[in-house]
Amino acid sequence: MFEYAPAPESRDIVDIRPSYGLFINGEWVDSLGDERDKTVNPASEEVLAEFTLASEADVDRAVSAARKAYESVWGQLPGRERAKYLFRIARIIQERSRELAVLESLDNGKPIRESRDVDLPLVAAHFFYYAGWADKLEHAGLGADPRALGVAAQVIPWNFPLLMLAWKIAPALACGNTVVLKPAETTPLTALAFAEICRQADLPPGVVNIVTGAGATGQALVGHPDVDKVAFTGSTEVGRMIARSVAGTRKKVTLELGGKAANIVFDDAALDQAVEGIVNGIFFNQGHVCCAGSRLLVQESIETELLDALKRRLSTLRLGDPLDKNTDIGAINSAAQLAKIRSLTEAGEQEGAERWSPSCPIPDKGYWFPPTLFTGVAQSHRIAREEIFGPVLSVLTFRTPAEAVEKANNSPYGLSAGVWTEKGSRILWMADKLRAGVVWANTFNRFDPTSPFGGYKESGYGREGGRHGLEAYLDV
Amino acid sequence: MSTLTPSFAGVASSNATLRAFLQGLPGVDRVGADQRAAMLATRSIKTTAKAQAIDLAISMVDLTTLEGADTAGKVRAMCAKAVQPDPGDPSVPKVAAVCVYPDMVAGAVQAVGRSGVRVASVATAFPSGRSSLDVKVTDTAFAVAAGADEIDMVIDRGAFLSGDYRKVFEEIVAIKAACAREGGPSGNGTAKSGNGAAKKGSPAKGDAHLKVILETGELATYDNVRRASWLAMLAGADFIKTSTGKVSPAATLPVTLVMLEAVRDFRAQTGRMVGVKPAGGIRTTKDAVKYLVLVNETAGPDWLDPEWFRLGASSVLNDLLMQRQKMATGRYAGPDYFTLD
Repeated sequence: MFEYAPAPESRDIVDIRPSYGLFINGEWVDSLGDERDKTVNPASEEVLAEFTLASEADVDRAVSAARKAYESVWGQLPGRERAKYLFRIARIIQERSRELAVLESLDNGKPIRESRDVDLPLVAAHFFYYAGWADKLEHAGLGADPRALGVAAQVIPWNFPLLMLAWKIAPALACGNTVVLKPAETTPLTALAFAEICRQADLPPGVVNIVTGAGATGQALVGHPDVDKVAFTGSTEVGRMIARSVAGTRKKVTLELGGKAANIVFDDAALDQAVEGIVNGIFFNQGHVCCAGSRLLVQESIETELLDALKRRLSTLRLGDPLDKNTDIGAINSAAQLAKIRSLTEAGEQEGAERWSPSCPIPDKGYWFPPTLFTGVAQSHRIAREEIFGPVLSVLTFRTPAEAVEKANNSPYGLSAGVWTEKGSRILWMADKLRAGVVWANTFNRFDPTSPFGGYKESGYGREGGRHGLEAYLDV
Repeated sequence: MSTLTPSFAGVASSNATLRAFLQGLPGVDRVGADQRAAMLATRSIKTTAKAQAIDLAISMVDLTTLEGADTAGKVRAMCAKAVQPDPGDPSVPKVAAVCVYPDMVAGAVQAVGRSGVRVASVATAFPSGRSSLDVKVTDTAFAVAAGADEIDMVIDRGAFLSGDYRKVFEEIVAIKAACAREGGPSGNGTAKSGNGAAKKGSPAKGDAHLKVILETGELATYDNVRRASWLAMLAGADFIKTSTGKVSPAATLPVTLVMLEAVRDFRAQTGRMVGVKPAGGIRTTKDAVKYLVLVNETAGPDWLDPEWFRLGASSVLNDLLMQRQKMATGRYAGPDYFTLD
């Protein structure tokens, strides 16, 4: 037997302060209130740092700083000057990518292989990409002289903390807006490190403000009257609240919400690569992915063969220390999320689906959930309808392409879908019929800053990424 | 002679059935296969795992010299190194085999003696495979008679690419037959006369094992690599091997991945295990370890054994020895401290 010895990435490279204030107007400031919270390493439950729960008054300070910066500096700068700052930020991120990857894995629980090979390269790529647009906005097909909106309030989730920050901040700044961003309360550390990067890049004060906090801070931020734009990525439930709170105001909104993507495998698919795609679709980032391929629709003629291959493959997944370079499955981000995954999987069993997990040792401390497969799932089961946001795959079968489309679309969500077939014409036909913002063909969970991303139906509205992503931050 | 298991009995009955079977195998998506191989190449093998991997890799090396300029002396020197790769450290395992041209087999057999190092010989008009079947069979029989334990044959890529799978199949079957020895499990005495002198070096040997070289660098697609793998296994190959080392690209990780998937699936369907040998382009310990990871996570640990996985290479051995010494002593010795052959 060939046992891989532990190969942990050193955490000495990161410098976590015991306690963090708020980043407002280019300075670290203390809260006007006195509420604080702790962020823990989900793999060990060790406290990493204390951070501030920003009060309404703090949010007000941040929004005023952003407004002032917009009016006096950033809104006046020509695009090519804004681009210089963005290119600089992108380069600093690349230079500090190892440190940021370790920090992300510590705070979020995701494997270092993913933070190092997926998150950080994409973060830098987003800044590079939108830096390139900053002086070319009049050629974006959005009018002759598109204008910035003003102050953007941005609330991001915990699943890709730094990447979601990049998706929000890069296009906002490229288009000439200033921002107040609130990271998730379980993963504030990389956003706080990004604040330092803004200083390192000499970004004018107030252009980027980071206020940490939980739901109340987010509410104060999106509800602030002086905000021109609200961008949110997170649950559909919170998305609805935000939509309600901004209804009837001048605020422009983009929402990127939940998903329950169908990953559809036809009998002529490249089987081994389809198995990889299924694994990457649902077990990437412990399934904490809004576009995760959480419903596997497999053509009935290859069900047994595919499931055998899938189970064999799942048995090779390595769950454990997120900082170990050989880890495939890291920790669940929080106790609350773990409880949610547990309750939904229990519901799956109660509703009569058959549960399977590979034998895989679970560490004693921290929040963990083994890769899990449900077979015999019906469309009506909760595990086939609700977003689990964990490493849990529901397997359903279909007979005809039309049935596959019907099942795939029979969901209130519509964020993404995957199609696996060697037949090109069928890919095009499926892509045309699937009501999903992203349709991957013979791959899954592939991202690129040039490609727009966003949902149909209750998965949200607006697009992020690509040329389309500019529209959300311009007055067009 | 055919080693087909009952489930595949009719597959090779005509070119049409063979073609239908091979083209009906699930396709290979190039992007996905490349991505999977690249992901496995990021595995970080350190400390005890690295030490274990280095020794395993050394024991899997087919130490190879296939040059027109090969001399009897060079082959003897290589055999000595194969038996004892590092004279200063007896704990270093011997390599799996030496691999030479047919006319060097007798000398190699003598040189490795009873060390347990096998002698492999390329045959069948290596490396191009461009000759008549008679010549290929004779070439093989000559090496077998000289005492080769293993025959590395090349397939007729022209026939394969033109869709004449049956021709390739029959050639492999014929060469497999020529690998038999009198007294072996299915020996049919194809050894020609005139090799008596060489024969006495191998009195108790069984049939030579057949490694089938697909020359993946000429097969153009991963779909073809999968088809050629199955074709060779159906025809009785004991091993499937990527390359001759004379064509670029030689072994690559994704090609080896596809072949490992093929042997894994073949065992699942027939119960018979077939070995895999990437050859060419494997130069560093890092490369070798990547292949071991690929085996471990694709075909599975059953294949992590010199009986079932080989590394066709020569220069990699010195790097493995250097890394091994570094792990033991904490210092790198200069390349001059390792013999070139």
